[in-house]
Amino acid sequence: MLIRRPDDIRPSEITPESAFLNRRATLAALFGAGAATALPRAFAAEGATPAAPPAPNLTYTKNARYTVPNDTPNSWAEVTGYNNFYEFGTDKTDPARNAGTLRAKPWSVEIAGEAEVRGKFTFEDIVKPHALEERIYRFRCVEAWSMVIPWVGFPLGDLLKRFKPTSKAKYVEFTTLLDPRQMPGQSLPVLDWPYVEGLRIDEAMHPLTLLVTGVYGRELPNQNGAPLRLMAPWKYGFKNVKSIVKIRFTEQQPRNSWNVAAPNEYGFYANVNPQVDHPRWSQASERRIGGGFFARRQPTLTFNGYAEQVAGLYTGMDLKRYF
Amino acid sequence: MTRDQRYRWLFKPLAFAACLVPLAWAIAGVLVASGVSLPALIPVPALGADPVRRVLGIFGKTALNLLLVTLSITPLRQLSGNAHLLRFRRMLGLFAFFYALLHLAVYLLFQSFSWPEIVRDITRRPYITIGFTALLLLVPLAVTSTNGMMRRLKKRWQTLHRLIYPIAILGVWHYWWQIKRDIRQPLLYASLLALLLGWRLWKHWMDRSRRSSPSDLT
Repeated sequence: MLIRRPDDIRPSEITPESAFLNRRATLAALFGAGAATALPRAFAAEGATPAAPPAPNLTYTKNARYTVPNDTPNSWAEVTGYNNFYEFGTDKTDPARNAGTLRAKPWSVEIAGEAEVRGKFTFEDIVKPHALEERIYRFRCVEAWSMVIPWVGFPLGDLLKRFKPTSKAKYVEFTTLLDPRQMPGQSLPVLDWPYVEGLRIDEAMHPLTLLVTGVYGRELPNQNGAPLRLMAPWKYGFKNVKSIVKIRFTEQQPRNSWNVAAPNEYGFYANVNPQVDHPRWSQASERRIGGGFFARRQPTLTFNGYAEQVAGLYTGMDLKRYF
Repeated sequence: MTRDQRYRWLFKPLAFAACLVPLAWAIAGVLVASGVSLPALIPVPALGADPVRRVLGIFGKTALNLLLVTLSITPLRQLSGNAHLLRFRRMLGLFAFFYALLHLAVYLLFQSFSWPEIVRDITRRPYITIGFTALLLLVPLAVTSTNGMMRRLKKRWQTLHRLIYPIAILGVWHYWWQIKRDIRQPLLYASLLALLLGWRLWKHWMDRSRRSSPSDLT
C-alpha cells in the first residue's frame, strides 16, 4: 500500500525536539515569576508524574512523515496523568493513581477468527518482527478535548498480515484484559466488561493505524494501555482500545463497548467529525489540553486532520448516519 | 458572650469564611496553573491537566452542596429544636446562588465566549437547559432575600421561596444528565435530596393527619 505524504507538513514546520521539551520553561519565561517551579508542583500534588518525560527506553526511529504542523506535543505529565481508562476508575486522574496493579509483563495475545494463523502469542512474538517508529498524532477525545502525542509503535496492518486473514475477515475485533484484581474499575458495572472495540478490515490495514507499544520513547505506562494499544488517529479516543489481549477477525461487525452502553451517543465508526454533534455537546470545536485556564477552543478538523489519508475509506457513506 | 452573640459574631462569620473556601481554592489553583508561585505555606490545589473543566466542576458542585445544606436547615432545626440554625439559611442560599453564577461564568469561558454556541447549548442541550433554568429561578429568590422584601411580600414570600424545591431537583438532574456512565455521585446527590424533600412531605402529612384525627393517636 502506498503511504501518501500529507502535503500540509513542511520540514520547516516541524518543531525541534528541544523547543517542545522546553515549552513549559518558555511559557514560564513569558509569564515570569517563578513559574518553572510552580508548574511541576501543581502536578506533583496530584500524586502523578513529573512534567518532563523520563529517558527513552525503546529503540525506534522517528518517522518525520507523521507529525502535527504548528503544534507541540503535550507534556509527559498531561499524556500520562489525564486519561480515560475506566478499568482503573472514571476520573481522569484515576488511571495514573490506580493502574499500578496491572501486570503488563508477561503478556500474551490470542489471535482468533477468520485467519489462517490463530493461537496464543507472547508480547515478544507480536512485537519483535516489527521495527518501532515514533509518530506524532493528534488525539481527539469524544468529550471534545484533545492532545498531541508522540506514540511509538508499528502499523497494525503489518501485524495482521502475518496471521493471513481469510476472505471472510471483514472486521477486526479487539478485547481488553478482563481481570478485576488487576483492573479494579471492572468491579463496577460502569461498562459491560471486558472492553471491546472493532475496526473494519480496511481501517485496520490502513497505514495510519498503529499498534502502539510506547509513548515519548518509553514503554507504555500502564495508565496509557500497556503493553499494547490501538491508535487510529482519525477516530475518537474511545476506539483506541487499550491493554489488548485478543484480536479476532470477524465477518460480522463487532460490538463496541460504548455503542452497547449508549447507542444513540457513540457509534461504531466514531470518526472525528465536526459536522456531527454528540447529542449532549457540540463536536465543532475542542479544547487543547495544556493551553491553560484561559485558552480558547480551536476548531475540530474533519477526520481529526487526516481527511486526505482516510476520507477515501468512506466514499458514498452517509457519515451522519454512520457516526 | 451570650448565645445570640456567639451566633452573630462567631458562628456566622465562620460559616461565611467556610463558604469562601472553594472560591479561594479555585483562584489559588488557577494562579498556580498560570505560572504564579504562591508562598509555600498555602496548600495549593492541583487542578491537573484540564483546569477549566476542573474549576467548572468545583463551582457547580459547591452550588449543589450549598443548596442541599440550605435545604437541610429546616429538618435539622425541627430535629434539634435549635431555632438559631435558621440564621444561616439566607447566607447559605445566597452563596449557592453565588457559586451557580460563578459556574455559569466559567462555563462561558469553557465555551470561549462563543455566543452562537452558548445559545445553541442552552436551547438545544437538555441538561444545559435545565441547569440554566435552575439558575434563572434562583434570581427572584436572591432578589427577595432581604428583610424588607420579606416584610413586603408577607405570605407570598414563603410561597415564592418554595421554588427552592424544584430548583434543587433541576440542579441534581443537571448534574446527573451530563455524567457519561458512572452515576454513583449524582445518585448520592439525588438520594440526599430525596431524603430532604421526603422529610418535608412526611412531616406535612403527619401534621395534617394529627390535626384531622387527633383521637386516633391516643
